[in-house]
Amino acid sequence: MFKYLFAKAEDIPAGSAAIYFGYSSIIWFVIGTGLGSFNAAKLAFPDFVTGSEILSFGHMRQVHVLAVILGWISMAFAMAMMYITPALGNTKLWSEKLGVWNCFIWNIGLSLGLFLLWLGVSSGREYSDMPFFIDVVVILGILTPLCVNVFMTIKTRRTQGIYTTNWFFGAATFMVIIVFSVGNSPEFFQLTGLTEAYLTWWFAHNVLGLWITPVAAAISYYVVPKVTGNPLYSHRIGHLHFWSVVVFYSTPAAHHLMSAPLPEWLKSFASVEGVLILVPAIAFVSNLLLTMTGKWRMFVENIEIKFTITGVLMAIPLNMQGGFQQTRAINWYIHGTGWIVAHAHLALLGFSTFLEAAAVYYGLQTLLRRKLYSLGLANFHFWMLLVGFTTYWVSMTIAGLIQGAGKIYEVPYIDVVIAEHPYMIARWVGGTMVFLGNCVWLYNMYMTARVGTAIPAGRLPHELAYER
Amino acid sequence: MAFREYKIGSRMFGLAFGTSMFITLYMPAVDIQNVSATSIAMDRQLSFGRVGGFSYEDPFLQGWAKPITVQINQDPKTGATIESTRAFVYEKGVPFPNGIRHPRILGKVPAAASESKGRINEASEDQGAVFIVREEVDGGVMVPYIENATATRGWLPSATLAKASESQRLHVGKGKIMFVREGCWWCHTLLPEQTQDWQYFGAPPMLGDFNGESPTAFGSDRKAPDLTHVGSRNSSREWMMMHFFNPRLVQSHSIMPRYDYLWGEKDANGNTIDYDGWRAAYTAYADGKSIYPPEVPVPAADSEARALIDFVLNLK
Repeated sequence: MFKYLFAKAEDIPAGSAAIYFGYSSIIWFVIGTGLGSFNAAKLAFPDFVTGSEILSFGHMRQVHVLAVILGWISMAFAMAMMYITPALGNTKLWSEKLGVWNCFIWNIGLSLGLFLLWLGVSSGREYSDMPFFIDVVVILGILTPLCVNVFMTIKTRRTQGIYTTNWFFGAATFMVIIVFSVGNSPEFFQLTGLTEAYLTWWFAHNVLGLWITPVAAAISYYVVPKVTGNPLYSHRIGHLHFWSVVVFYSTPAAHHLMSAPLPEWLKSFASVEGVLILVPAIAFVSNLLLTMTGKWRMFVENIEIKFTITGVLMAIPLNMQGGFQQTRAINWYIHGTGWIVAHAHLALLGFSTFLEAAAVYYGLQTLLRRKLYSLGLANFHFWMLLVGFTTYWVSMTIAGLIQGAGKIYEVPYIDVVIAEHPYMIARWVGGTMVFLGNCVWLYNMYMTARVGTAIPAGRLPHELAYER
Repeated sequence: MAFREYKIGSRMFGLAFGTSMFITLYMPAVDIQNVSATSIAMDRQLSFGRVGGFSYEDPFLQGWAKPITVQINQDPKTGATIESTRAFVYEKGVPFPNGIRHPRILGKVPAAASESKGRINEASEDQGAVFIVREEVDGGVMVPYIENATATRGWLPSATLAKASESQRLHVGKGKIMFVREGCWWCHTLLPEQTQDWQYFGAPPMLGDFNGESPTAFGSDRKAPDLTHVGSRNSSREWMMMHFFNPRLVQSHSIMPRYDYLWGEKDANGNTIDYDGWRAAYTAYADGKSIYPPEVPVPAADSEARALIDFVLNLK
């Protein structure tokens, strides 16, 4: 990677940036889920590793969250953009060199930010915890170059129209810059009180709604038609999805603070808009599932489709929860409980991770021109992720319902802690399975690069038979 | 190929996204800006100081340059006995909270009262200042305001500190830094919910209770009791001390981490704390080999543990 930082543009092979982003994202995924597993162990067994400030739960919890969001998920997005955007425009990435630099600064900036966060250098705002100079690095060094590269690649495309995936890529890379800038403005301008609390959750909501959800969906809009060979079921429904994300998904931020003393009109407005996120959700899921018509055997036989469609199916419970749990009728019961933790993992580890994993699997094979090393290991990875996640989600949902009951009947809190204990152990088991699955994935992708069978020119990875 | 075929789409996108930002950013900001600070908001920001997270004066969250909250019974200038008064001492160079730096954060009426009656605009960070929260009936309405006692009564920060004994000083500002740095708010919320929680965790906050405070550290994932009014439920310093050192000493089912490392090297008597010895003795107690747990060392006056206990006990 380093040798290309100062190389001439024409000496950098096409796809380099995407490959670096791909492997970086897998490594961050291993780190992030490893931290998650360690943290979960501490919640189950509080005397596991004590006496060290640096290994305490309070110092590592936010490192896990941001390593996964900015390391794994966002880097996998960057990887997908670096190879899907040019592929859909029938062109090359606008600047491979900018992409390589982007990846380099991303890894350095994120490592520095997480290191400081680990030491306790925090702004004290959930999801936007990093101190302001790291936010500046994220905005100017990470998100802006990505946006420029994606936009210029779309602009220099050699096709007449722009495919659905690229609308989302273009719009999301632009919107996430706005979201980061506005969301961190409490720190740039020293905003205080409820304004700051609201902006904190405005950021947390919109980074999900205008970055993670639409980009993950956009990836599957590419992977499913590409691998199955079926055209996308409907571009009109794609339009509906895109516009309803922009209009509805960008507005319900206040529903994260339903029990806080925010103005009531704001909470009511957010709650109604929150139900309307079902519009893009239903459009997305139905469009993708209908695209699968006649090719459902690939859900079993092909690893990319297996990951993608599992992720798409998980969008159903995700959005059913997301649409309704924020209404006053339900929110009073489950707010601030493990139910929400389960829901957040359904969004990031369930829905979105499965879609990105497919893109990374497929993209690395395409760019390296090598067939996946082992289908067996990939299936192992899939099932470890799915079973581990499900264990996590079910146990945290139950724990959340217990907490909710404890909350409304106002039982002594320690009784809730005692009742939750078995589910905390289950959560740790599930999280550890995800971590172990990812270690296997890293090995599998490393071996793919080393000894994977070369893919002949003019062939696509999924057209070759698996060998192991 | 230019974007010309997408001109309408781009404009519609700008319109949709812009409208959405107008409704979710501009309108709430204008609405929240018109909220007047309550006396609770003034007390909170004056005891916490300017920022409770990363800042220039305290980049590594060590609790540097934070105010000290004192309870005094004597007038620092004249020495006369006065009714017990809670004052916020900002020594030279300690940054003032946001309500003093930008009084409009307090809302129109309290800001005007703080400037005319409280003379907060005369306070200077280079000199330091002592503040008090006051309330006065104005036209039938109770108006809270901040008084700059250095200007109105001649209370100098050093003289005010001297009137407070060690137990009358609360390092609340430093304690809030510890609360944020150690991630207490990942499990303990600071926000009783409006729909329930009244009986167990106390009254939820009002709209104007946070003006000027940063960060509010509400927390989102309650794995432990809400702490907004914890000082009213449990005011025992002894209990807090044992609970922070090892929560299992006072609550055998607790899953809270041990915060013994906040004690530092020496205890209140200047003796080196023998952590290994303590742990061995505690393990023997936990295994049923000894009847009593080892004594918890009293934290030193300048330790991080003491500041965190001050902060928690101050949450009334």
